[in-house]
Amino acid sequence: MKKNGKRSHFTPARIGVYGFLLFSAAFFLAPLYIMLTTSFKSMDEIRLGQIFSLPHTLTFDAWRLAWSEACTGVACEGVRAGFWNSVRIAVPSTVLPILIGALNGYCLSFWRPRGANWLFGVLMLGAFIPLQVMIYPLVKLEAALGMYSSLTGIVVVHIIFSMPVMTLLFRNYYAAIPMELFKAARIDGGGFWRIFVQLMLPMSVPIVIVAAIMQITGVWNDYILGLVFAGRENLPMTVQLNNVINTTTGERLYNVNMAATMLTSAVPLLVYLVSGRWFVRGITAGAVKG
Amino acid sequence: MSGVNIRDLSIAFGGHKVIEKLNLSVVEGEFLVLLGPSGCGKSTLLHSIAGLIEVSEGQIEIGGQDMTWAEPSERGIGMVFQSYALYPTMTVERNMSFGLRVNRVPKAEIEKRVARAAEILQLGPLLARKPSQLSGGQRQRVAIGRALVREAGVFLFDEPLSNLDAKLRGELRRELKLLHKNLGSTMIYVTHDQVEAMTLASRVVVMKSGQIQQIGTPAEVYEKPQNRFVAGFLGAPGMNFVDSRIEIENGQPVLRSPFALGLGDYDFQVKPQNGQAVTLGLRPEHISITPDGAWEAEIQLVEPMGNHQVLWLKAGDVLLSAVVHEALDFVADQRVRFTVDVKRVSLFDQGTEARL
Repeated sequence: MKKNGKRSHFTPARIGVYGFLLFSAAFFLAPLYIMLTTSFKSMDEIRLGQIFSLPHTLTFDAWRLAWSEACTGVACEGVRAGFWNSVRIAVPSTVLPILIGALNGYCLSFWRPRGANWLFGVLMLGAFIPLQVMIYPLVKLEAALGMYSSLTGIVVVHIIFSMPVMTLLFRNYYAAIPMELFKAARIDGGGFWRIFVQLMLPMSVPIVIVAAIMQITGVWNDYILGLVFAGRENLPMTVQLNNVINTTTGERLYNVNMAATMLTSAVPLLVYLVSGRWFVRGITAGAVKG
Repeated sequence: MSGVNIRDLSIAFGGHKVIEKLNLSVVEGEFLVLLGPSGCGKSTLLHSIAGLIEVSEGQIEIGGQDMTWAEPSERGIGMVFQSYALYPTMTVERNMSFGLRVNRVPKAEIEKRVARAAEILQLGPLLARKPSQLSGGQRQRVAIGRALVREAGVFLFDEPLSNLDAKLRGELRRELKLLHKNLGSTMIYVTHDQVEAMTLASRVVVMKSGQIQQIGTPAEVYEKPQNRFVAGFLGAPGMNFVDSRIEIENGQPVLRSPFALGLGDYDFQVKPQNGQAVTLGLRPEHISITPDGAWEAEIQLVEPMGNHQVLWLKAGDVLLSAVVHEALDFVADQRVRFTVDVKRVSLFDQGTEARL
C-alpha cells in the first residue's frame, strides 16, 4: 500500500472478482433475457430459431393473449383469473401467518410458558418433514371439516406450513430484545395483549417486512398446495400457467407461454426488486441493539 | 411512601436455590443498597420484590400489605433497569406516560405528572425525542422519570449506572442522592460497585451466595466488617489480611507473629482464646508510615494516584498495601517504619471467618 493516495483499483485479484461476478450475473440473467425477448416476438420470428436476438418488430400481442385469451383447459380466459385467485390466496396467507407467528414468537421469548421449549422443538421438527407426506392426511382432515377445496382450505394449509418458519423468525427477533424492556412494561401495568400490540408489534417492522416477503413469494410460487386444496374456482396463477403451457392444440405459442410465465412471476420479482434493501435490513436488524 | 418487609424468602430456579430463608426489613424512606459480587442473588432479590420473579417460599410485604403474589403493576413500585429498557418506538413523553395511560389516569393528571418529572430531571427539551436520539445519561434519566411519574412508594434500581462511563456515573450518582433527599421515598438499589454503595446508601446490605452477610450503615460495614468476606469486598485497595495467633499474656491478648501487637485497646465482640488462630485485617489507610513506628518494612512498589499514593510494603513474608495522603517522596527499596492503630483493625477467626 502506498503511503498517501488511494489503493490501486485494478489489481489482478480485483479484475478476477469482477470478471466472475459479471459472468455469474450474465449466466443467471440469460433465461430472463430470453423469456422477455421471446415474449415480444411474433411466432414467425421465433421460428427463425435465433433465441438470443432482439425482436425485429415489437409486438405486445402475446402479452394480451396470455393475460386474457390463452386457453387454460376448456376455458380460454388467460391467466387473468388465476392472478386474482392468487391475490385472494396470498393476502390472508401472508397477514395471518405473520400475526400468528409474531404472537408465537412473543409468547416463546417473553412469557415462556411451561413446556414452551418442548413445543417449539416439535414445531421445528415439523419444518423438516416434507410437505408432500402431509398432503393426504390434510386432505382427509379438511374434507372432514368441510373446508376442502375452498379458499379457506388453501389459506389454512398455508398457515399450517408457514408456522415453523414464521415462529422461528419472530422468536429469534424477539430474543434479541432485552428482557428488561418486557419487565418494564409489566411494571407499567401492560398485559399480554397490550404489550404485544402497543410495544412489540411496532418494534417488529423490519422482521414483519422480511416475513411478508418470504410469505408472499412462497405462497405465490406454490403450485402443489394450490392445485390440491384450492378447488376449481380458486386455482392460483401457477396452476393456470401450467394449464396454459400444457394445453396445446396445434402450434406451441412460445411467445404466449413466455408472456404468461413473466406475468406469473411478476409479483415475486417486483417484491424482490422493491424490497431487497428492506430484506437485508430486516435480516441484520436482529444484530443491532436499540 | 412505604417500607418493605421480607420474611423467610426462598427462590429456586429449577431446583437450584438462589436465595434461602432471607429476612430483610426496609425502613420507610431509607436508601437501601444491596451490594455483592455478581451471582450473589441481589438482582434476584430485587426482581422478586418487583414481582418479576416468582418466589418459592416466604412473604413479601410492601407498604404493610402482603404482595407476595401480586402483579408487578399492583405493588406500588417504580423500577429502573441497567439497560434503561425504554420503549424504542415511543417518544420520551410517551415512554414516561405509558404506565399512566395503561392505568387510565386522567389526561390532565398525566400531563401534570410528566411535566413535574421532566422538570426534576431536566428532560423538558427532550420530551418529543425518541430514545435512539438520546445519550446514555439522558436515557437513564428518562428511565428514572418513567419510574417517578408512577408516584410509587418504593423505587427499585437494578444497577442503573453500570452502562454509563465513569464521569456520567458520578454525575447521575449525585443526582440520585439529591432525588432521594428531595422525594424522601424508599429506595432499594442493587449494585456491585462499592463506591455507589458507600456514597448513596443509608444502609448497605452485603450479600454473598444468596445470603446476607451484613447490614449496616456504610461506615459500620466499612469500619467493622462482620466477617472476612465483607472486609475483603469493600475497600480499594483491599484490606490486608495477615494470619496470626492470639496469645494471652498477663491476662492481655497479644499477637506475636509476624509482628507484635498488643490487643488491649481492641473492641472484642467475642472473648479471645489463648492460641486461637486468627486473621488480622488492616485497611491500607490505617497503616501509618512514621519514623517512630514499631515495625520496619521495605517498599516494594509505589503507585502514585494523584491525591494519594499507594505503597506496597514488604515486611518479612507479609505484603501490605498502605495509603499515604501526605505529599512525601517514597522510592522503591527504601526502608520505612510503620505502625497501625489497634482500635481500627479487624480480627477474624480463621475457622469461622467471623469477626472477633
